[in-house]
Amino acid sequence: MLTIHSKLVSAMITQALNDHPIETCGIIAGPAGSNLPLRLIPMRNAAQAENFFIFDPQQQLQVWKEMSARREEPVVIYHSHTNSQAYPSRSDVELATEPQAHYVIIPTYHLYNEEIRSFRIVDQMVIEERVRIVQQYQPELELQMVA
Amino acid sequence: MPITVIIPTILRPLTNQQKHINLEGNQVSEIIDHMEQQYPGIKEKLVTGGNAHRFINIYVNDNDIRFQDGLATSLRDGDVLTILPAVAGG
Repeated sequence: MLTIHSKLVSAMITQALNDHPIETCGIIAGPAGSNLPLRLIPMRNAAQAENFFIFDPQQQLQVWKEMSARREEPVVIYHSHTNSQAYPSRSDVELATEPQAHYVIIPTYHLYNEEIRSFRIVDQMVIEERVRIVQQYQPELELQMVA
Repeated sequence: MPITVIIPTILRPLTNQQKHINLEGNQVSEIIDHMEQQYPGIKEKLVTGGNAHRFINIYVNDNDIRFQDGLATSLRDGDVLTILPAVAGG
């Protein structure tokens, strides 16, 4: 199950709608092993395509180094589907490389009730999971959204 | 001083879960060959047809080897070679 703050969900959806019809993408980092998404980082889609995304390699290096220094990991990896349902595509499955991550898909063609879906993708197997959207985390935890 | 190689999560099952490996080598391709000797199976995850896989990013320090000499990119003592699978999909 993915437990995620509603502000992070809103931020992902806003970004996806702004980028539509280009696919949007990004991560939400959290403390390693915590399973808690805290720090949202929109990534540049180097493909700038309607049916493909790839993180800009230079930005990815910087973001991954920063996570490593902060002892974080990508808790959520998100992207949008601009003209298909919110289910991992064949390339989503083939290229998934973070077995501990929640792969979130935001459909921007038919966004009913702000519904996002989340999946684990391990060894090319897709398992859908429940998304629990909460209004607050424990008070000492601080959300961060990187512009 | 050797080259430090940073191994991504997905490849750590091949490196006994090691996150950093120190190896000697003058070129990226030599480092990959030396890794293959110690950790068989890793090369095919990184290289195809004499080039780095399209969806594998390799950096020397902060520089993507695609914009240098690819696998022939030269290395100096103390360089850090980072391997990161691209995050991509459709």
